Amino acid sequence: MSTSWPSIVFRVNGSPQSVRVPPMKRLLDVLREDLHLNGTKEGCGEGECGSCSVRMDGELVNSCMVPVVQAQGACIETVEGLASNDEMQPLQKAFLECGGAQCGICTPGMLMAASHLLARNPRPTLGEIREGLAGNLCRCTGFIRIFDSVIATIAADVSVNRQRENNAR
Amino acid sequence: MRGDPEAHELIAPRTLTGVLSLLASEPGQWTPIAGGTELMVAFAAGRLTARKLVNLWGVPDLRFIRTEPDRIVIGAGSTFRDLRKDPTVSAEFPLIAKAASWIGSIANQSRATLGGNLVNGSPAADSSPALLAYDAHAELISIRSTRIVPYAEFHTGYKRNVLAPDELLYAVHLPRRFAQHRQYLRKVGTRRAMAISKTALAGCALIEQGVVREIRIAAASIAAFPTRLYRAEDVVSGQSITSETIRAARAAALSEIVPIDDIRSTAEYRRVVTVNLLQEFLGSLPSAGGES
Repeated sequence: MSTSWPSIVFRVNGSPQSVRVPPMKRLLDVLREDLHLNGTKEGCGEGECGSCSVRMDGELVNSCMVPVVQAQGACIETVEGLASNDEMQPLQKAFLECGGAQCGICTPGMLMAASHLLARNPRPTLGEIREGLAGNLCRCTGFIRIFDSVIATIAADVSVNRQRENNAR
Repeated sequence: MRGDPEAHELIAPRTLTGVLSLLASEPGQWTPIAGGTELMVAFAAGRLTARKLVNLWGVPDLRFIRTEPDRIVIGAGSTFRDLRKDPTVSAEFPLIAKAASWIGSIANQSRATLGGNLVNGSPAADSSPALLAYDAHAELISIRSTRIVPYAEFHTGYKRNVLAPDELLYAVHLPRRFAQHRQYLRKVGTRRAMAISKTALAGCALIEQGVVREIRIAAASIAAFPTRLYRAEDVVSGQSITSETIRAARAAALSEIVPIDDIRSTAEYRRVVTVNLLQEFLGSLPSAGGES
């Protein structure tokens, strides 16, 4: 079909983007095929596994379930937006150090779900971490190393804050 | 086969009136889509039969929770996250906040809407037993009129409901009068997170001087749609809760539920566990002998 589609405009990791695609095209496919942001992965394609997790206007969503027309005007955050100037976020470093990533397919979604959790709740309990990541499936780690990664991120943040307080005294 | 985005028209009117006009222009031809947690699964698998879709996500006037003196009105476009964080819902309708926390993951709760859950009409719908226990009403809107029907009369068969072809579910109304009621909700699934129910039961009862003055009991995954257990309600209404009334209520419930064998469970398991949940609820109510 050679229809010219109306443009859909939104921001991805702070940059304005405009695409002309069928409005029913999944946000996941637009990110990967049209914007060449291949960090976001497709797992199950039915909202069960969370590997396509991104943030849309501050909410965690499965990008496989968002027809792109619903992203009109939205601010999208993907895994590519976590690191700045090639400097990884503490969360990403913790995943590396704690073995939170093995085969890597779930990792982008796991990072987005974990960073969404920490943005909402900087000091989650283990129960809250488990709930926050319950929609993200991992077949390698058994989850414990992923929970450890999130806990290590919180611990590093606590110690940085303590250092700042000590320095301020 | 994968879904082809070019095979589906998806129109996004900017206003509710725009949506209703479109529905009225070709009644029955347009399928509303809100959070997409149901329809996008079918689309991805290539089994979405609807070719014409109308977007509801982001349409103003559908996503609100309004607290009025004697009721709250929940816009059909409210997400389960909206329900979980609303203070009136949490304080006065805890069963709804609890059910909302069961709906898939955080990423599903941020997108799935109350209206979508009800109109999709799954027999296992998580929000339905609580709404039935709270005597919810559904407000239906079209370009012609609005009308309010008891939610208990909304579903008419498996994935069928009372909506006319040009009508949209607009809001759910809940009366604010359950402060003194005993409330119960339990879902049984394969695991705690992300599981669809094998059975679920909600109850809401007012007990005065050890006698059941008012009671509503509802269950999911035990019939073609979530439903009240009217016979069990009748057995205990006006009675005190004793082992005899509980036994009679179990028998009444067994006579009215019609569960099936499917991929998630068996009819027999569902029968046994549903009446066990009923017994747990009734057993938790204060009896004539003393306050519990």
